[in-house]
Amino acid sequence: MRIAIASGKGGTGKTTIAVNLALSLVEREPVQFIDCDVEEPNAHIFLKPRIEQVRSVEKLLPEVDESLCNQCGECAKACEFNAIAVIGKKVLVYNELCHGCGLCKMVCPTGAISEVPHELGVVESGEARGFPFSRGLLNIGEAMATPIVHTLKEGLDPDRLAILDAPPGTGCPTIAALHGADVALLVTEPTPFGLHDLKAAVGVARSLKLPIAVIINRNGIGDDRVERYCKQEGLPIPLRIPFDREIAVLYSEGTPLVDALPAWKERFIHLYHEIISQVGEGAASVASGFMPDDLNRRRTQGATVHAAEDVPAVDIGPNEGPKKGEAG
Amino acid sequence: MRVCITSDGQGLDAPVNPSFGRAPYFLFVDEETLATEAVKNAPGAHGAGVQAAQTVASKGANVMITGNVGPNAHQGLTAAGIEIYVGAKGTVKEALQDYRAGRLTRADAPTAGGHGRRMV
Repeated sequence: MRIAIASGKGGTGKTTIAVNLALSLVEREPVQFIDCDVEEPNAHIFLKPRIEQVRSVEKLLPEVDESLCNQCGECAKACEFNAIAVIGKKVLVYNELCHGCGLCKMVCPTGAISEVPHELGVVESGEARGFPFSRGLLNIGEAMATPIVHTLKEGLDPDRLAILDAPPGTGCPTIAALHGADVALLVTEPTPFGLHDLKAAVGVARSLKLPIAVIINRNGIGDDRVERYCKQEGLPIPLRIPFDREIAVLYSEGTPLVDALPAWKERFIHLYHEIISQVGEGAASVASGFMPDDLNRRRTQGATVHAAEDVPAVDIGPNEGPKKGEAG
Repeated sequence: MRVCITSDGQGLDAPVNPSFGRAPYFLFVDEETLATEAVKNAPGAHGAGVQAAQTVASKGANVMITGNVGPNAHQGLTAAGIEIYVGAKGTVKEALQDYRAGRLTRADAPTAGGHGRRMV
């Protein structure tokens, strides 16, 4: 089974839920943790993984041989993203607009276009707290996060319960993380912003035909509009986490809630059982729901992902890697 | 000289539109005769600046007058050998007068961060 934790709004507590769910289940289920928030991963702060392998994730960019190009403009006409332009005698390639689909190469009548790999970021994998851990890291200056999310998902072990910490928002990287999941846990806070972005996230999850459960974090602030919305939409709220100083202090220190306050473990296990009852017993067996994913497959063809490269194992903790001031 | 000005409408009295890639119209003006040609802009979801630069270049402009120009558009227009002037305001006619009087800034580098964002 794949459980994707998403939110719409950033900083609602996705990582808190994902990390504590994994730590609560590890003694009962074979789990794996995937931090899909490749723009600002932060689960490593709580799980302190040991990274054993780093893979480069690339996209293919067109390269134009000017001696073969006759400036016909077919490539520019074909490109939905305006990533290649023919202006006068020049062909311009805009790296950050290019999605690496290769259509320009296909339509070029003179064979002037070849494709060259361009690194977007890396996927790191290793072990944390007795389970496999992986995270993606988008290179600074790169705009395209989805191939990294797809690569992360290719590394999933079908025999383990997958806990995917999705990126915030409702854009392509979030959809890439949610696609193929068995259930979407949407974390929100009971504020107008929380409600607004929850609605957007519910829209995305429904488009993907995912069962939805809502978790209210920082419960007690704001108003009851999130509760009313969930009731009206028939969305279950299997967990509420109060707005509490002790929880906030633990978070700020990078200490998982269930490590310091073991009573919370039972609540996360209860959450898991609620999820199972919602998605049905069929999906609850860890191997099911692991559908072949065309979206994911596409990017690995054409050698966009280089072979795994062994690197010396390193421990990453709060002082390394991207920092994040919120729960993302 | 054939001058192109981003505008909200199709005539010399139309207001200048400060955006390059997503301006409603490109108004091409012959500097000598003031004859105009309005081209409706139809930007797609992605790469509006690149698309607009190709449109303007294909219509044979020598000078581009607009509010701001992002990095992709700047690269495209420069590749076409088009001079870019920014900071245009008022009507198309006023912007043209400002350009002739040397009151507009020549943009040798992008003046916006793309997607109409301010430079950071």
